[in-house]
Amino acid sequence: MSEKKYWQGFGELNEPEKHQKGLHNEFQEELPFEDFSNEGLVDAKAPRRDFLKYLGFSTAAATIAASCKVPVRKAVPYANKPDNIVPGMAKYYATTYVQEGDVIPVVAKVRDGRPIKIEGNELCSFTQGGTSARAQASVLDLYDMYRNRFPGRRVSDTKFEEIPTFEQLDKMIGDALTGLGNAPVALLTSTLVSPSSQEIIDGFLKKFNGTHVQYDAISYSGMIEANLATFGKKGIPSYRFENAKVIVSLGADFLATWLSPVEFAHQYAKGRKIDEKNPTMSKHFQFESYLSTTGSCADERFTHRPSESGAVALALYSALGGNVSAPALTDEKLKKGIAKVAAELKSGNGNAVVVCGSNDVNTQMIVNAINNLIGAYGKTIDWSVMLNYRKGVDKDMHDLVDKMDAGQIGAIFIYGANPVYDYYDSNRFKAALKKVKLSVSFGEKMDETTQLCNYVVPTHHYLESWGDAEPKTGCTSFIQPTIYPLFKTRPYQTSLMVWSGNSTTYEDYFKNYWSNKLGSSEAYDKALQAGIVESAAVAPGAGTFNGASVSNASTAISSAPKGGKYELALYQKVSLGTGAQSGNPWLQELPDPVSKATWDNYAMISMPLAKELGIKLDNNYEYYPEKPVVKLTAGKTEVELPVLVIPGMNSNTIAVAVGYGRTEKLGKAAAGVGQNVYPFSSFNGNNIAWSAADVSITNQHKTYQLARTQIHNTYEGRYEVVRETTLATFKKDPEVIPEYRKELAEEYYKGTEDNFRSNATLYPEHLQPGLKWGMSVDMNVCVGCGACVVACNAENNIPVVGKHEVMRAHEMHWMRIDRYFVSSPENPDDLKAVVYQPMLCQHCDNAPCENVCPVSATNHSSEGLNQMAYNRCIGTRYCANNCPYKVRRFNWADYTGADTFPNNQIFTGVGELDPVVMQMNDDLTRMVLNPDVTVRSRGVMEKCSFCVQKLQAAKLEAKAENRVLKDGEAKTACQMSCPTEAIVFGNVHDKESQISKVRNDNPQRLYYVIEQLHILPNVNYLAKVRNTDEIIESGHGGGHEAKVTALPSQHNG
Amino acid sequence: MIPRKPATHKLTLFALFIFVFSGVQLSAQDGKALYQQKCAVCHNIFKDMTGPALENIEQRGDWSDHNKLLQWVHNPAAYMEKDPYTAGLKAKYGIVMQSFPELTIQDIDALVSYINNEVAAQKTPKGTETGTSEEGKKTSPGNAFIFGVISVILAIIALILMQVNSNLKKLHDEKDGFIHPKPIPFYRNKTFIAFVSILLFVVGGYYITKGGIGLGRMKDYQPIQPIYYSHKVHAGINQINCLYCHGGAWESKQASIPSVNVCMNCHKAISTYEKGPKLYDESGKEIDGTAEIQKLYKYAGFDPQNAAQWNPSMAQPIEWIKIHNLPDHVFFSHEQHVRVGNVQCQTCHGDITAMDEVKQFAELSMGWCVNCHRQTKINFNYDSTKGNKFYSIYEKFHEDIKSGKMDSVTVNDIGGLECQKCHY
Repeated sequence: MSEKKYWQGFGELNEPEKHQKGLHNEFQEELPFEDFSNEGLVDAKAPRRDFLKYLGFSTAAATIAASCKVPVRKAVPYANKPDNIVPGMAKYYATTYVQEGDVIPVVAKVRDGRPIKIEGNELCSFTQGGTSARAQASVLDLYDMYRNRFPGRRVSDTKFEEIPTFEQLDKMIGDALTGLGNAPVALLTSTLVSPSSQEIIDGFLKKFNGTHVQYDAISYSGMIEANLATFGKKGIPSYRFENAKVIVSLGADFLATWLSPVEFAHQYAKGRKIDEKNPTMSKHFQFESYLSTTGSCADERFTHRPSESGAVALALYSALGGNVSAPALTDEKLKKGIAKVAAELKSGNGNAVVVCGSNDVNTQMIVNAINNLIGAYGKTIDWSVMLNYRKGVDKDMHDLVDKMDAGQIGAIFIYGANPVYDYYDSNRFKAALKKVKLSVSFGEKMDETTQLCNYVVPTHHYLESWGDAEPKTGCTSFIQPTIYPLFKTRPYQTSLMVWSGNSTTYEDYFKNYWSNKLGSSEAYDKALQAGIVESAAVAPGAGTFNGASVSNASTAISSAPKGGKYELALYQKVSLGTGAQSGNPWLQELPDPVSKATWDNYAMISMPLAKELGIKLDNNYEYYPEKPVVKLTAGKTEVELPVLVIPGMNSNTIAVAVGYGRTEKLGKAAAGVGQNVYPFSSFNGNNIAWSAADVSITNQHKTYQLARTQIHNTYEGRYEVVRETTLATFKKDPEVIPEYRKELAEEYYKGTEDNFRSNATLYPEHLQPGLKWGMSVDMNVCVGCGACVVACNAENNIPVVGKHEVMRAHEMHWMRIDRYFVSSPENPDDLKAVVYQPMLCQHCDNAPCENVCPVSATNHSSEGLNQMAYNRCIGTRYCANNCPYKVRRFNWADYTGADTFPNNQIFTGVGELDPVVMQMNDDLTRMVLNPDVTVRSRGVMEKCSFCVQKLQAAKLEAKAENRVLKDGEAKTACQMSCPTEAIVFGNVHDKESQISKVRNDNPQRLYYVIEQLHILPNVNYLAKVRNTDEIIESGHGGGHEAKVTALPSQHNG
Repeated sequence: MIPRKPATHKLTLFALFIFVFSGVQLSAQDGKALYQQKCAVCHNIFKDMTGPALENIEQRGDWSDHNKLLQWVHNPAAYMEKDPYTAGLKAKYGIVMQSFPELTIQDIDALVSYINNEVAAQKTPKGTETGTSEEGKKTSPGNAFIFGVISVILAIIALILMQVNSNLKKLHDEKDGFIHPKPIPFYRNKTFIAFVSILLFVVGGYYITKGGIGLGRMKDYQPIQPIYYSHKVHAGINQINCLYCHGGAWESKQASIPSVNVCMNCHKAISTYEKGPKLYDESGKEIDGTAEIQKLYKYAGFDPQNAAQWNPSMAQPIEWIKIHNLPDHVFFSHEQHVRVGNVQCQTCHGDITAMDEVKQFAELSMGWCVNCHRQTKINFNYDSTKGNKFYSIYEKFHEDIKSGKMDSVTVNDIGGLECQKCHY
């Protein structure tokens, strides 16, 4: 028997009484109230009479302001209306999100000429409509105030002068190119996935005797070179996680940031969904140094130092029977884990895969040898389809910098790469760049590298562009413009063609290229319409493994230097990745899945290390935003960062996210947020390592404020929120949850004359004569990636509030993903699991919020929706107080700039809102707003509406076509964005709908959160099951201390 | 299932019979609807517009044979190739008629009979209106006046008698020895003051509240538009279908104002305003219709002397003043009301075909919306042949209707009064 505990923060864990007590106070800190005791009320700062005066004046002022003038509004129709545009109706264009080699086929929703929302392209076989948080947020980048608005020439260190016309620009560049003589030209890009652009680049380079170097901020160079050595192919094969019964990840964060997370998460979820009649699921092991998003989803985790990643792979290879000597590992748990994983892999019979996040060529060679040994090639790894997401080779870049430094490069053209910011030795690159006579950046924004170039010739945003992307063999995803270019920008392909003497525009070139390739212009139109062309699926290719280099690799790993006392691991956050989109306020405000922190990076440290540093993990640590600051030093590089203590970390590892520490030229959202830690990465002569083997850490005994969201909402000590169990327990005793629910029902049925639903409440029952909306969330496949949260932001005009408001628990996200740690109470650092629970308005049929509203601004609809009428709300916040799920959000200030009075953006005593809020209020940024959803003003409550605007639109379409609404026509934004299809939504009255089927097919895992309150929620959850052999024997719902609590008396009817 | 031929055969015959029969039943009344839907956009019965006047249509070309007319409307371009008359029409009007492949021979018959009826109606002089009802009306206000005068006289007599009575009583009391205190004037009478204050409070409160509620409401708003555009001339006299210009009302939330190129569809040919009634603006000043059309040409960049050279893409948009403004937090869809709900434009926009300059007819207040939602019956599918099939999921209502508990379904019944039907 084992006990376990669900916990969200250290305060709850270590000081449960104080934590509970604190929950009853709205504010735990001292409040800055005036001391009334010594003076009369009249002498106080704001006496009653003043208050009345202000009240009277403001009422009169508001009346006058509202009544004096009715503005004259104009209605300006088209002069010459295009045939296919109907004002007020959205159009959908298939296009492709491309960012530094990441490719996600998407569909852009365009309302009256402006793209306002990104959806996944459901025709794509490998994402099937899934998206990522970054793809969802990319529409906001289009309206970024800080984009480069015109081509420019650098006239001083910091100043660029506008070049009035492209002709003048072309002449300048042309002259400069001819002035180079025969000096070679270099083109530096991030991984290029566009076949037509590649052709243009080849032509350009041929003319100027140039080289093309692809550089990735986080490269997969080690993997590419290992594949070349062992399979003779310089590239990355595709993975098929859906075929794997055993998944072993050696530090690869494949559900959040590694290679193609949307595709992998989709495949992974297929193996993780449970058929209750025959419960099986894939088994996921994770070896890693810190707690990654993927690691948090693993069934079993083992931690090691970053410097041991090669040794872990080698030990695993040896345990599997590989002909190498096992390295000496000291950690007993890790050793046992390796033995266990080896046994599982052996029994996997080829239905297993090992992936590795290391950029070390030797480690990757050993991983290839392991995959060869377990028969993964041809089953779970496919050599007949290659992945093109990353092609950069570290050595190429290193050679280029050498050449630049030696003055051998005459001109450099940079597209999509930002080495001044993210190269391991950025100072050397900066110096080398200065030695190049002509440097041209195609940067969309004034990033660190663009600032140092002679010329900036901004290219279009992808939503303004034509283009193509080949994410994998036999698959092309097309890009078509969804809006006329906002600024004086030009596609970099056109620029390259003009400069090499070809006057065709890229648009024409692209059309020609694909009409020829696809056979006709009809086929081209069709391809653009679908957005994606995929060749028929081919049988997985096994490739031919050549193990000659494996023994050398093993020697190299064994002789690798050991790490120091503390090691540093650099990682990417699911929100920002390498940092290319760090000017995006939606992404900055998206809480990290694991740490639940927004607006910063920080040093994640283990609990033992916290103890060593003297950090007390009590309620105060958890409650207050002030976190201790440490200084990390490795060689000459040092940085001061706040710490966050995270359980399940390797005790000697410190983990920091890259992508932060940008300049204000990238925007108010990026400026001053976090620190840049790319300088901690290092080059070993072959590959760049995103870790530092020896760092020192010192407590600076000062604090820094971090905005975290996890403890902002409380369930008041109710425990029946999360349900989680192990596969062994579930198989042994599948009726745990149904029995608990039955017990609850029996208890409640007493005295309700067998009509529990209507008689167990004082209020009249709400009837749904037609539709009834319901949602189901499968916690088994939710990986916490946050795509739904950003999709919700975009769909529902949810304001960005800025870091200081998040710190005061004023974040406005309608949907949050709660993270629960699962561990035994004795050893919280030894994590058993992490559970992600997307939490949104549950649309209760007996909603506690509705009863307490004095103006009935929130009430129930005949379709089961809990409605919120913003213009009726007077802001008492009773509803939020009474909501047991804490999903209601209050507009404490005018975050959207919607109010008449500008003062609503200023708080007395606290100051103005963060500058990023003003950025979101700019007229350009506001073009992203969804015109079908009200922009809320100050002082009103808001919350999830189940995307009622989309439900209404779907119903209207069905009515207009005189037919019944089909299942799947009405979808919520969160559901559409989810890469793992964890969210199912639909009409529960329709017995054939997917939601009805999910509810019928999963009686053993289905539950409603805190359903004992008889609030009849319309969102159900499916309990998480992790695939371990552990048997949990106690209590309900898998080891829960939950009991059927006594009913409140009024519920006995 | 084994196919039962005779039965299906009979069924088919029956269906065919009904179809033919119902087709024959098309009357001039249906012709009017068809005419407005299909023809009125380009044709007028009595004068040439984008297309020729339809008066005496059967006397022209081969149109006495309705089958030929049918061939022509089905595919004008093809018909024209072998028919000199229609080819001549192209030369005259510069464009080829749009094809209407959906029209049947019955439709053509109905259309022609409607046109002939209209022509006949135009020729018969209108009958003089009878004056009886008017005379009858005249008597009633006269009576009311006389009754009023009598009531006032009686009231005065009553007051005088009361005064006399009170004086007599006083004299009588004085005689008996009672001394009355000095009477206080009525304006210091407490009852009177209380009464007046309450009256003022109630009346004042009523008007203040009413005024407050009315703040921002703009009933009867009638701004001066950049072009004097008469709906009466277009939609009334010339019977252009509303949806021809405001197509969005059918397929979008916004009815939308037509773009310049839509105006020019007709106004390429119509450059003067001559035959219609005289136009006046709000102040009674006469409007020169032709000059207003010239304003349109200015926006369109169109030169009537050089029509072939016109380039629609060079047109300038017209900045109309928006009359019907809903608050930003209201979602309103024309498609929902016009297409799904079959609501007539006039229900909310008033008698638009009689308005020269448009003014806001309805209050556009929430109470006004809600009232209509309370009363309006939806297009419920009471049985499988009629109504919108969307509502077939409302099983409870179907049962209640069958059992007689309910006789009709209103917008309110399907949630039409709920906040999030319009506010989200």
